[in-house]
Amino acid sequence: MEEKRKISKIVLHIILILGAIIMLIPFAWMILTAFKTPTEATQIDPFVIFPKEWLTNAFRSVAGKMNFGKLYLNTLLMIVGRVICAVITASMAGYALGRLNFKGKKLCFSLVLFQMMVPVQIFITPQYLMVSKMGMLNTIFSLIFPGLVTAFGTFLLRQSYMSLPKELEEAARLDGCNIPQTFLYIMAPLTRSGMIALGIFTALFAYKDLMWPLISNPDQAAMPLSSALAKLQGQFVANYPELMAASLLACIPMVVLYIIFQKQFIEGIATSGGKL
Amino acid sequence: MAGKKKIARTRQNRNESIWGWIFFAPTLIGLLILNIIPIFQTIYKSFFATGAFGRGDQFVGLDNYIRMFSDSQVWQALFNTFVYAIIEVPFSIIISLILAVLLNKKMKGRSIYRTIYFLPMVAAPAAVAMVWRWLYNSEFGLLNHLLKLVGLGPVNWISNPNIALVSVAIVGIWSVIGYNMVLFLSGLQEIPKDYYEAASIDGANAVRQFFSITIPLISPTMFFVTITRVIAALQVFDVIYMMIDTTNPALPRTQSLVYLFYKYSFVEGNQGYGSAIVVLLLLIIMIITVFQNFAQKKWVNYN
Repeated sequence: MEEKRKISKIVLHIILILGAIIMLIPFAWMILTAFKTPTEATQIDPFVIFPKEWLTNAFRSVAGKMNFGKLYLNTLLMIVGRVICAVITASMAGYALGRLNFKGKKLCFSLVLFQMMVPVQIFITPQYLMVSKMGMLNTIFSLIFPGLVTAFGTFLLRQSYMSLPKELEEAARLDGCNIPQTFLYIMAPLTRSGMIALGIFTALFAYKDLMWPLISNPDQAAMPLSSALAKLQGQFVANYPELMAASLLACIPMVVLYIIFQKQFIEGIATSGGKL
Repeated sequence: MAGKKKIARTRQNRNESIWGWIFFAPTLIGLLILNIIPIFQTIYKSFFATGAFGRGDQFVGLDNYIRMFSDSQVWQALFNTFVYAIIEVPFSIIISLILAVLLNKKMKGRSIYRTIYFLPMVAAPAAVAMVWRWLYNSEFGLLNHLLKLVGLGPVNWISNPNIALVSVAIVGIWSVIGYNMVLFLSGLQEIPKDYYEAASIDGANAVRQFFSITIPLISPTMFFVTITRVIAALQVFDVIYMMIDTTNPALPRTQSLVYLFYKYSFVEGNQGYGSAIVVLLLLIIMIITVFQNFAQKKWVNYN
């Protein structure tokens, strides 16, 4: 029995390790290629797995072609902007829908649910025309624009607020707190995990958004990482070490954040993704 | 006394009403401007032919829809989109469910495995598509090299129209496994441990337990993940846009509805036709959502 258990444990780990290798190969290949010379990368006889020398040429030349400082900054501002807007507006709306009684609340909630059912592509053309009419294309504002409010976030935080006990609010009221004070000082701090989940979800999907930045920010200087990378491919198709170096530079910040905050990331995605 | 209380109550109600609207107002205004009105604008636009520079839009009635239904490219794209979903969704769900079940116990390295499987989720889709394109490269790619080692060979992963869509779907599966797995893991954690203990005592083995305890009890999560994955898969764009060049002979057999929407609206400047295509997508997704609400009541075991 003990023997059998041991064997099944080993088999389990073998399966999981094989799976992990498959998941990691593309990342490993990205790293290995980025440090090769173009000749090494396209050599087939013999096939080169590890670079003979770990060269940083590809990184240097790609940094000359793309202004990574600006790309990181644009991406960061887009993410920060969308996260702040999402957390603030969704907290307020979530509190209203979860804890307050007002006429038309049901209709408001149906509106939120309806927005969540509709594919986002249907908003894109009118949103583009709006930003264009405002003369705001190629700005940080245009990158944030579709994320100014969030139906999904409202839904998520409404549930956080609904799970809080009723007594808290009554106690606050007896202590003389009015509604905004109760919201700000008593209730909102208790939805911290919901806000973190929404923040992580918003940040991750802002970072991964490709179509909107392609449309709204076509100027090289105004792009975030995702669309700049997409454009790079069109320009230098053949130089694989450079493409991989650029991909690596684009992925590193989020991967590092993920590794540091993996618990929050996975919990955040589990709670928010589970409700999308 | 009672009267005073009543007055206090109504004042409280009025107060709540006012603050409720104030708190919801930013979201309401935002949703109306950014989402609700645009839905109608897109539908409205689908009845117009977008004029060239200087000329305005021209009302063409149902012409865009008539053109769309006789456009073999649109039918092919619709077919491609469904094929993509039919490959991506079941495989990603089965693989991630198995991984979640394997990881749903105390073991060494559990969180390391979870971290690794989730990693593709935090990579930029453009980077993911580029590295896979490089792995798939028919001359210099790692995959064909590995195939050659076992005597197979070379496969034109992304330029052969017959397999390019499968290659794209593999990237989709690889990208989303970790995400589904995390959702399944949180679903599995809600199953009481005693069920398994009781089953073990009754002599049920692991496979039996999987089918008679895990599957029924995780069916709400599975149903939910399936529907959201189908809806997301029907909106596939990034991987196709990044991996299949406009000159690639496999493009007609891989381009999705959203790809066509992007192409017509923002590359060829025909927003009217692009809008008609995205309205078609809206209808399909609405039908699935209605079906979901109906099926949920009927099949899923909530208990």
